[in-house]
Amino acid sequence: MSELRAMFEHTRAENRAALVGYLPAGYPDVEASKDLLAATIDGGADLVEVGVPYSDPVLDGPTIQTAADAALKAGFRLKHLFEVVESVSARGGRAVVMTYWNPVHRYGVDAFARDLDAAGGLGLITPDLTPDAAGDWPSIAERYGLDRIFLVAPSSSEERLHLTARAATGFIYATAVMGVTGARESVGAGAAELVRRTRTHTDLPIGVGLGVRSREQAAEVAGFADAVIVGSALVTKAAGGTAAVRALAGELAEGVRVVSAQPS
Amino acid sequence: MPEAEPVTEKNERGEHDPDERGHFGPYGGRFMPEALIGALDELSAEYDKARLDPEFTGEFARLLSQYAGRPSLLTEAVRFAEHAGGARVFLKREDLNHTGSHKINNVLGQALLTKRMGKKRVIAETGAGQHGVATATACALLGLDCVVYMGEVDTERQALNVARMRLLGAEVIPVGTGSRTLKDAINEALRDWVTNVDTTHYLLGTAAGAHPFPVLVRNFHKVIGEEARAQILELTGRLPDAVAACVGGGSNAIGIFHGFIDDPGVRLVGLEPGGKGIETGQHGATLTEGTPGMLHGSLSYLLQDDDGQTTEAYSISAGLDYPGVGPEHSWLKDTGRAEYRAVTDAEAMDAFRLLSRTEGIIPAIESAHALAGALELGRELGPEAHILVNLSGRGDKDVDTAARYFGLVDEEKL
Repeated sequence: MSELRAMFEHTRAENRAALVGYLPAGYPDVEASKDLLAATIDGGADLVEVGVPYSDPVLDGPTIQTAADAALKAGFRLKHLFEVVESVSARGGRAVVMTYWNPVHRYGVDAFARDLDAAGGLGLITPDLTPDAAGDWPSIAERYGLDRIFLVAPSSSEERLHLTARAATGFIYATAVMGVTGARESVGAGAAELVRRTRTHTDLPIGVGLGVRSREQAAEVAGFADAVIVGSALVTKAAGGTAAVRALAGELAEGVRVVSAQPS
Repeated sequence: MPEAEPVTEKNERGEHDPDERGHFGPYGGRFMPEALIGALDELSAEYDKARLDPEFTGEFARLLSQYAGRPSLLTEAVRFAEHAGGARVFLKREDLNHTGSHKINNVLGQALLTKRMGKKRVIAETGAGQHGVATATACALLGLDCVVYMGEVDTERQALNVARMRLLGAEVIPVGTGSRTLKDAINEALRDWVTNVDTTHYLLGTAAGAHPFPVLVRNFHKVIGEEARAQILELTGRLPDAVAACVGGGSNAIGIFHGFIDDPGVRLVGLEPGGKGIETGQHGATLTEGTPGMLHGSLSYLLQDDDGQTTEAYSISAGLDYPGVGPEHSWLKDTGRAEYRAVTDAEAMDAFRLLSRTEGIIPAIESAHALAGALELGRELGPEAHILVNLSGRGDKDVDTAARYFGLVDEEKL
């Protein structure tokens, strides 16, 4: 059984959603990013998404753009990514990597998968790679036992939801709103509808991201999704160091458990 | 049904069209967020219908002739050619189009498509401002809301074009992220598009990006090559030996190249911005110096580091200052059908001044790269050669840059 599948069986058994926390590798520098990811897990995240800082992050809002720029200016290189992932798995945490596709393409898909697997990473989330453009990534992922987490959006047609559901493993990443990453006042009614539509095509767990920043929002999303994904809000807290990140993760971890009090 | 047959034939892909997923050889494709795939599919479907619809093609042709001023002239540059080894040099005068460059062809086509799709809002990126001005113009003409993203570096070096776009009713948003030039203007336009895709068409200005943009933009610019081929045959009785065009994203080049792509005797030469010299690393010579990678939705040659991070391009010309290039150019390079060379800032500015003084035509600095290439080709090919240059735009927007470069005015007063 894949580790992600085991994780979701565990959270389902607890009648709650999983908490997934995103932070970029190398921000504010490589060592500090390891500590911040550790704090996210200590605060209660079930899984961390380790972001790859990239020069042209077209699906990211200002918070993550600024962090990616800072990481690159501080000297982040891809070799550091594997080091950061390894630091998570070495302490018993679970990590997937979120990356735009060109760094993987340039590194070599097979080499990237090999090194990610060796570092204990569980899979890849690919915001600008859809299953129909994925080339040999699915078969390489299969070979290394890595999960391939694709995104669905409110604009996805039924046909595309079906395509994505068939190609994805681990879980499906549902983007709550049409837009870029960034904390928002509300997650949007579209998110629940997208999750409902996606469920008609798959039994895979569905995580919802884009805009979640508070315990209340986490609880709301946990009411209809299998995982609550938080990025920009954690990145903002990273400026306040590990204590601030651990505190927010703790709050969000409470949020994803609120649903257990409700009939599901 | 005999009437359906021609449509079926026309629907079949031509020899130079990409496959149904937008691949030119290995290049092109669609590396885009899922949220935008629906809009790209809609655009592909609408374009496939429109290109066969006489109402659309008729309206496009009417706007090109009655609004943009096509066909553009072909001018022989006799005095300029004296510096080109005695070869004859012919200029395809896209600078004489309405708004002053080839860009108007593509924006009229895409603005008509926007109307067909029932969208009311258009966004665009611009480097030098030529595409932004052309887009603002087409939106004014067709009654569409227009927002143009422009890097802060470019809003400074092309301030007059910012004012021009605002006069035309467009909103211009300066982009202060990343390199603050064309690449980041495209990033910001894509972020807008992913947020507002229901109501908004992204009117991409070059033959790059995700499918169907490379083929769609190319086809709207093919008129350049088709006219030029007929005009030069009429004027000289034969095909040229070489066609020279500047390449940033590559839209004017792909447009003129396609008039001659099935004429194997005609060399197709793309001139890239060599900036301060290839050896300095400060250039935008993507095809000459790059490696295949993804940027803005397609696989093509790219200026990138070993980690796949896009590196910053540099050129004195804002319109060529782009680390990517259209995927069809990558394929033409690999197949050898076209060749690509770099021209430095200094060589381009020499050609800029030379054309101004010998022909009374002030070219865009972008186009001056093609002129510099023509001078070099003329010297290589000798006095019997005929060289066609795509004079893709006029230099009014560059007077300020040129005045500083040549020290023609007191800098303090600029």
